[in-house]
Amino acid sequence: MELFRSHVLVCAGTGCTSSASLKIIEEFEKQLEENNLEKEVKIVQTGCFGLCEAGPVVIVYPEGAFYSHIKVEDVKRITEEHLLKGRVVTDLLYKDAVIENQVRDIDEVDFYKKQKRIALRNCGLINPEDIEEYIAFDGYKALAKVLTEMKPEEVIEIIKESKLRGRGGGGFPAGLKWEFAAKAEGDEKYVACNADEGDPGAFMDRSVLEGDPHVIVEAMTIAGYAIGANKGYVYIRAEYPIAVKRLQLAIDDAKRMGLLGEKIFNTGFDFDLEIRLGAGAFVCGEETALINSIEGKRGMPRPRPPFPANKGIWNKPTLLNNVETYANIPQIILNGPEWFKSIGTETSKGTKVFALGGKINNTGLVEIPMGTTLREVIYEIGGGIPGGKEFKAVQTGGPSGGCIPAEHIDTPIDYDNLIELGSMMGSGGMIVMDEDNCMVDIARFFLDFTVDESCGKCPPCRIGTKRMLEILDKITEGNGTMEDIDNLERLAKNIKAASLCGLGQTAPNPVLSTLQYFREEYEAHVLEHRCPAGACKALSNYYILETCKGCGICMKACPVEAISGERKQVHVIDLDVCIKCGECMAKCPFDAIVRR
Amino acid sequence: MKSIADLEKIREAALERVNLRSDRQGIRIVVGMATCGIAAGARPVMMSFLDEIKKRGIEHVVVTQTGCIGACQYEPIVEVYDGDEKTTYIEMTVDKAKRVVLEHIVNGNIVDGYTIGSYKK
Ligand SMILES: Cc1cc2nc3c(=O)[nH]c(=O)nc-3n(C[C@H](O)[C@H](O)[C@H](O)COP(=O)(O)O)c2cc1C
Repeated sequence: MELFRSHVLVCAGTGCTSSASLKIIEEFEKQLEENNLEKEVKIVQTGCFGLCEAGPVVIVYPEGAFYSHIKVEDVKRITEEHLLKGRVVTDLLYKDAVIENQVRDIDEVDFYKKQKRIALRNCGLINPEDIEEYIAFDGYKALAKVLTEMKPEEVIEIIKESKLRGRGGGGFPAGLKWEFAAKAEGDEKYVACNADEGDPGAFMDRSVLEGDPHVIVEAMTIAGYAIGANKGYVYIRAEYPIAVKRLQLAIDDAKRMGLLGEKIFNTGFDFDLEIRLGAGAFVCGEETALINSIEGKRGMPRPRPPFPANKGIWNKPTLLNNVETYANIPQIILNGPEWFKSIGTETSKGTKVFALGGKINNTGLVEIPMGTTLREVIYEIGGGIPGGKEFKAVQTGGPSGGCIPAEHIDTPIDYDNLIELGSMMGSGGMIVMDEDNCMVDIARFFLDFTVDESCGKCPPCRIGTKRMLEILDKITEGNGTMEDIDNLERLAKNIKAASLCGLGQTAPNPVLSTLQYFREEYEAHVLEHRCPAGACKALSNYYILETCKGCGICMKACPVEAISGERKQVHVIDLDVCIKCGECMAKCPFDAIVRR
Repeated sequence: MKSIADLEKIREAALERVNLRSDRQGIRIVVGMATCGIAAGARPVMMSFLDEIKKRGIEHVVVTQTGCIGACQYEPIVEVYDGDEKTTYIEMTVDKAKRVVLEHIVNGNIVDGYTIGSYKK
């Protein structure tokens, strides 16, 4: 293969050709020959770049200089200046039409305007692998303040004052937990961080660890000082390799700079941190199972009490908080509890990070003040539902949570409001659903997850959730009875009451909340053998509407020859033959095929 | 680390380095490199920036990485800090990165077509 030091790409698409690109190519060939460059520079005719209004377009590699509106006369200059002397001819470069009021900064987009970033304040701003950048943005300042100016009780008092609640799901007051751990008797104590993040679709903790790992190091050290621990563990799932790598780097750098280890800030306080990897089981996010896993045992929960604050890792008093909970600590210390309390609602202070997903235009990670309404999150931050579809419900709390229907969309988000609606804050998954989502199917999806993830230790969870899943399968296949619905409810209540840990105690929530708000959907499946959303495959069929033009495209697309019809006549699908693959609907140019 | 004064010293020095806002000649290119960004192709984009800048011998430009900015569907996201101005480029590719270096960094013209405001659903 011949090697050229430079390539000149000339667009030979229809648009550019009609604006004289072929003459330009000829001129380049002539110019290269005159300058003896034909062995060094290659001219390539390319297809359309898609910027026809800027044509004829010429691109010179390796620089990638993008010349637009090139005339034959310009070729000589490009050859002599750029190809020969290596100087880009700047006045010929493409310039975007200047768009009036063009938004160029992401902070100006609606997606960010309503957000308030405390836990995520450094994410997307600093280089997470550079401790000095963290320090530049007030990193380790809270730790310095705590160690040199405050007594442990004073630190706990501030956290209590701030009314910060645990962000891992339960919403337990963080300050109280710190106090319990501080007061617990024990020669040794531990600080632990729950970075298991098992909710499907949730990734806020991962983002904090990847984007701002030092905040966890700093906060856990502060917590160690407050409760009297010298050792901390961060429990992360091995499926988060980048988070693990950056956190380890942060720990090493902090040690190197004397921000971890012995005599931090020349005080008598020593603190060290270690990472423990989990294998990614949902139940290992439950605190007692997590502690077993840290100790090297099988990740199964045990009854509480005793709570970890009294008997945790190696039976020693242990403070366990979630990643996002810790991420708030340094800011609370630096700005004071009054500042933190000024954000949020009566019972829920500060912000919450949500992983926004599902049928929503702007998927992503959002941090909002508590008390923001679901509507604001979905329509203003999330940009609404794609394709002009109708909002149906939002799922929060993952497999432990529930579905909140459209009539409650103006509810301000906080711990108590979500529980009142039969859902919960959970760790922050937020899945938006539209008219095409079947609520029975959604409940089935989460039950399927919990059945998979149940550790098997206690029968209500191990056997009960399996029975629930079987009933849901039956209903979504159109074989359910009204008695099945009653049994589902009974099972749900019993499993909630009798399970050993939070996994089983909350596993029925997706079923209970959909039964509460969408009972008629269950009944339609049972009584009419119909899935109102058209999502359950067994219960829906494809139909060709009267608007069919008889073009025959669907007929060709059908892999089982289930479609028949004369040209220019409305076609029909033979439901006995149809395998419901959906190919016809996808191919129909007139939207004349529906599933219902 | 012995004292708060030590920390403060590092802070000031680092801020000087990070915060190019006070120093109008510097440009800071920040590539979102969390799992989402990397999965969307941020690594080659970052390499492309580094390559282009090296190849062109441009000074006063720092290319660095950062964590998740939160807007997954726009990844890879690259932010360019220049003086008081911040530009957010979205759905970046190796070629787009080259063009941003050429147009924005070299010529000083923001490539509006790649910025967040030009996103179409
Ligand atoms: C099945 C189950 C899974 C859990 N998964 C997580 C998790 O992934 N991350 C987390 O922080 N907390 C999880 N929790 C909650 C923890 O048990 C614990 O309450 C929490 O980590 C305490 O931290 P916080 O007070 O800061 O929220 C889970 C609980 C249960 C019952």
